[in-house]
Amino acid sequence: MSDVSDPTETEAEAEAEVPAHTGSRATQVLGLAALAALALWVLYGLVWSPPDREMGDLVRLLYVHVPVAILFYAGAGLTTFASLMWLRRRSPGWDALAVAAAELGVVFGALTLLTGSIWGKPTWNTFWTWDARLTSTALLEVLLIGYLAVRRVDPSPSGGSTRASILGLLLFPNVIIVHFSVDWWRSLHQKATVTRLDPTIEGDMLVALMVGMAAGGLVFAWLLIHRFRVAWLEQQVERHDLDAAVAARRAEGQLSTNEPEAQPA
Amino acid sequence: MSAVVHVVAMSDGGYVAAGWVGAVGLVGAYVLVTLRRGRRLSRRVPEGDRRWS
Repeated sequence: MSDVSDPTETEAEAEAEVPAHTGSRATQVLGLAALAALALWVLYGLVWSPPDREMGDLVRLLYVHVPVAILFYAGAGLTTFASLMWLRRRSPGWDALAVAAAELGVVFGALTLLTGSIWGKPTWNTFWTWDARLTSTALLEVLLIGYLAVRRVDPSPSGGSTRASILGLLLFPNVIIVHFSVDWWRSLHQKATVTRLDPTIEGDMLVALMVGMAAGGLVFAWLLIHRFRVAWLEQQVERHDLDAAVAARRAEGQLSTNEPEAQPA
Repeated sequence: MSAVVHVVAMSDGGYVAAGWVGAVGLVGAYVLVTLRRGRRLSRRVPEGDRRWS
């Protein structure tokens, strides 16, 4: 038997001891709750709720479309709030929250446009029209993508965050424009259904929508925590890389100042 | 021609399936990408800097 341990084995053991991921007990519990809510959402949305009198089975698309649209708004609103806090406090946590919320906003925005287009084809006979609600939604999605792009343009991490945060301040006002676009302009899109005091749907259909919102909210929260931790890790890696680069440069400088003294001898 | 259009045209169930599968698929893909990014970055950061572990 050899005394020398296999390095790959030791590495694997170390990884097993210290799990390297963004999960925690809290996210495990939240994840399980989200999975259970998703199962309930699918059952209510596709099986238990009845077809609509006018839309038929197409109403089942709205059990996805409405929750993801609200989470799209939430992502954009949270980005604005975190951007404002970053500009005031300059705390890396707010910056990480802003980028996490913006990325989730892009994902849920893409889903809003996708599910809306799929619903529009059989209902309006077109996937897309330059309607006020659709156009303002697309504009909000473009702004969110722009927010993420601006972060990458500036090579200094805090410079990029600051520029992007200024753009981030425009996101929530745009959410208001998207939401009220159906009231302010003539629109093909229906007016508010659930975000009013007297919802225009009821019974199992309202339950399906509410379960969808709860399930979507849990998935959003779970994803936001993981994405926030990824952003936090990115900041730490950047800091470690910068420290290492500064140390290497200092060592180089010390070497070059020592060299001439060593030459005459 | 109308028969061809009838065959190609998607039923309501097809649109519903496309919407649900697209939504679950996109979110599922994003979950996988986020978890993989987290794992990759976690290995480069000392345990003390991972406040949640």
